[in-house]
Amino acid sequence: MSKKYHVTTTVNGDEYEFLCEAQQTLLDILRDELMLSGTKDGCGTGDCGACTVMLDGTMVCSCLVLAVETEGSRIETIEGMAKGENLHPLQRIFLELNGLQCGICTPGILIAAKALLERNPDPTETEIRYWLAGNLCRCTGYDKIIRSVQAAAKEMRGA
Amino acid sequence: MEGVRYEVPETLQAAVALLAGATGDARVLAGGTDVIVQMETDLIEPTLLVDVKKIKELRQIASENGGFRIGAAVPGMAIVNHAALCQAWPGVVDGVKLIGSIQIKGRASIGGNLCNASPAADSVPALIAAGAIVRIIGPNGVREVPVETVPVGPGKTSLAKGEIVVSFLLPPRPPHSSDAYQRFTPRTEMDIAVVGVGISLTLDDGGTCTAARVALGAVAPTVLLVKDAADALIGTRLDEAALDRLAKAASAACRPIDDKRGTKEFRIKIAGVLAKRTAQQALERARQSR
Repeated sequence: MSKKYHVTTTVNGDEYEFLCEAQQTLLDILRDELMLSGTKDGCGTGDCGACTVMLDGTMVCSCLVLAVETEGSRIETIEGMAKGENLHPLQRIFLELNGLQCGICTPGILIAAKALLERNPDPTETEIRYWLAGNLCRCTGYDKIIRSVQAAAKEMRGA
Repeated sequence: MEGVRYEVPETLQAAVALLAGATGDARVLAGGTDVIVQMETDLIEPTLLVDVKKIKELRQIASENGGFRIGAAVPGMAIVNHAALCQAWPGVVDGVKLIGSIQIKGRASIGGNLCNASPAADSVPALIAAGAIVRIIGPNGVREVPVETVPVGPGKTSLAKGEIVVSFLLPPRPPHSSDAYQRFTPRTEMDIAVVGVGISLTLDDGGTCTAARVALGAVAPTVLLVKDAADALIGTRLDEAALDRLAKAASAACRPIDDKRGTKEFRIKIAGVLAKRTAQQALERARQSR
């Protein structure tokens, strides 16, 4: 019988408690225990970025974080991005400019793009492309993704 | 199946005691970007994970006698964002910048990069070129060794049971010193080095190289410190003839394998080409540094 660990974390401002085994990833717990399935399960090895979340303000692949490590930490997922009915500008502009096709990579890309714009409100195209290098789009819709991030950045700067 | 046990000690002594006392396969968990992948893909089945991220010695970057001490579990992004480190050791920072994505660097550490012991680890050639000294703690106390003595083969280190890499000391920089790390990969990001070259050098006031270290990654079972390549630079102004000798010495040191990323012949040739380019970048930086 594997030992269960009791973990308390904050996800999108709400406190959650859960039991997990040591080898379970944060991604497993988000999707299967907390029923926050907006974070996508892509490769499971940190290559694709579909499972990107913010952990204590740092962008990470939740497939490469053990849930047991997150005791006392602050997690932000795609579910916390819109404020009620109001989409974040990145979400709205991704819709307007077709910044997504199948949508599997979208939550991870939105989390990553938001982290970029908080750090650098006016990134160059090259900076956006390098920042998002860890987020793969299997539909290869990169050009519209980059344009959407640029348009959102412009709007968010009030330019 | 018996699950893995997780411990998160707050002191070095407690971590060492856990690892030294473990009966099965015990692993240090820092950023987890290698260990968790290896668990997920069933390459390893540890019985104990010792999370070292609550141990303060492993998590800080501090000035020490004019140099820097970097905790082994400091995440890559903290290194990349450290202005003084970027100024003093741009080559080491370049190596760290090339480790995976922003997400990976949010967790991955240089201690992990070293202990994973991949010959293609991006931070390791630059750390070896820098002459970094690793502090290791274990059941028999603390020892300090050069970085290049830690990896002994792919996935294998010289660490004994119960030992942990605590930190890396980057020495103080004389005037006109700098470093560089370059690698060859088909894709500029998110790729694994086909060849990596780290070079650190010091010039005198007239621009003659007085000290150099050259390290090559991904061309042998471990990252190589190549004395002949450094000797090709020392005493020169890194003119074309010196760079040609550097390239020859770098290529001569390679003992690569053929794999999907490159053939032996390609790696040997590229090691020389890349050594030249890396030396030129380090030279340019050293000239600009005070």
